[in-house]
Amino acid sequence: MHDYSLDRLAQGLREGEFSSVELTRSYLDRISALDGQYNAFITVDEEAALAAAAEADQRLATGDATALTGIPIAHKDIFCTRSLRTSCGSRMLDNFVPPYDATLIQKLNQAGAVILGKTNMDEFAMGSSNENSYYGPVRNPWNTETVPGGSSGGSAAAVAAGLAPVATGTDTGGSIRQPAAFCGITGLKPTYGRVSRLGMVAYASSLDQAGPMARSAKDCAVMMNTIAGHDPADSTSAQEVVPDYCANLEQPLEGLRIGLPREYFGEGLQGDVAQVIDAALKELEKLGAKLQEVSLPHSALTIPAYYIIAPAEASTNLSRFDGVRYGHRCEDPADLHDLYTRTREEGFGAEVKRRILVGTYALSAGYYDAYYKKAQQARRLIRQDFLDCFEQVDLIAGPTTPGTAFALGAKTADPVAMYLEDVYTLAANLAGLPGLSMPAGLADGMPVGLQLLAPHFAEQRLLQTAHLFQQTTDWHQHRPAGIKAGGQS
Amino acid sequence: MAIEQDEIEKIAELARLRIPPGEINELTERLTGILALVDQLQAADTSGVEPMSNPLDAVQLLRPDAVTESNQRDAFQAIAPAVEEGLYLVPRVIE
Repeated sequence: MHDYSLDRLAQGLREGEFSSVELTRSYLDRISALDGQYNAFITVDEEAALAAAAEADQRLATGDATALTGIPIAHKDIFCTRSLRTSCGSRMLDNFVPPYDATLIQKLNQAGAVILGKTNMDEFAMGSSNENSYYGPVRNPWNTETVPGGSSGGSAAAVAAGLAPVATGTDTGGSIRQPAAFCGITGLKPTYGRVSRLGMVAYASSLDQAGPMARSAKDCAVMMNTIAGHDPADSTSAQEVVPDYCANLEQPLEGLRIGLPREYFGEGLQGDVAQVIDAALKELEKLGAKLQEVSLPHSALTIPAYYIIAPAEASTNLSRFDGVRYGHRCEDPADLHDLYTRTREEGFGAEVKRRILVGTYALSAGYYDAYYKKAQQARRLIRQDFLDCFEQVDLIAGPTTPGTAFALGAKTADPVAMYLEDVYTLAANLAGLPGLSMPAGLADGMPVGLQLLAPHFAEQRLLQTAHLFQQTTDWHQHRPAGIKAGGQS
Repeated sequence: MAIEQDEIEKIAELARLRIPPGEINELTERLTGILALVDQLQAADTSGVEPMSNPLDAVQLLRPDAVTESNQRDAFQAIAPAVEEGLYLVPRVIE
């Protein structure tokens, strides 16, 4: 059961093979038995989960069920859930119980999905290893001495370890794709604005995007059918028509042109990762795709532009945490200034403080033009590179990350080394493009992710390509040692 | 560009972040490293390029000027650290 696809689970529920209460109970039992090893969850509310499952069972009985009714799901702890603590991995929000649901949560609840709990993450989604969480690091189920990636590390680990059939994540610079790669699952970052940001704690508003993290491209497509769409309450959400993401999954790849940016295959890419990527690309070629080299000449600007724009927006967004309306407040403030500065000193962790300071610096008088404006200009150049490429090819492919999951603690002493981890994923956020990471093979026993990037709103093409790859290969079905199909570990 | 300690103290004040005295040296070192990374941008030729703030070049959407929300003050203040008679409490500002 813990290896079933969403379709298979929905079938089992519809046909009465198991009830949602039974299914939910079995996942809750797995979480309580196994999550001590991984720390993937921050909050699990068993009672609420079982109540939602019982409600789903009633809906299933009346035939009023959707593709997700009764299916347990884990949510990144960045999405506001009414009456369920939403910490965002921070001491600042350790006591925060939202009075409303994020739009994504509302849609999934309405579809009948059952919330198992809230998953661990880098504080305020700032990090690439899940080591910046107030609740401690998450461990990678493939090797618990390594990181699961970040910032959606808890969601990735939960799916990889079979603690949830599917999860949600958010991606500001790779935070869905990089942990998906490290944990051997499939993750989709949709086009900017495709999924509502309402009720998703803001990090960098012009980059943030929510998406599914699952065992397969098909499961991601099922999720997209529920979560995508315009939200009048999110002024940046896109108004484009939402297609049926499951409709063209089986359409052959014949003639699909895939561009391989030479900048993504050069220095810095680990040799055994490059080999796995090459083999996966050959597989895509066998499926009918045509590979050709392309160039993204402004790639070198990606990391610097991102690490100005994201901190600048973060410094603005995080100014709302002032100890007055919700969240942490310091004890016995002497005056208002002391209330603000001490609340923020105590509430935020080291990486969040660094990004707030870098962002404040980049936006401050005398530096705005040299940093923020310059980065926004570079951002346009980076996007133009992609638009030019998509004149020649239908998709872009390459490694999701330069290496496989690294050891816990290996990069915590050097923020810059950690930032370089995101070298292949950041550009999609700057350009607003959809991107997907899928398991492409193993290097030294650890999962390698292949990243596919598509033009704006071409998520279907990503899902179709990944789905066909997953029909002829079984990398997405590999599980960490000890995580067996059928449940017992 | 190296950043000086007094500059960090200034931006920390702008960001309303207290930096404990024992942490300022390490923070200066870290921020100097990050700024060296982002300074690579200075070499880029961006003359004549319009800054991009939205990846889809979308403009702000407008909605009809009508009341759509109800007053939820009680629900919002239930999670506040200190409230009284519908008001948020902060330390005395005016002596």
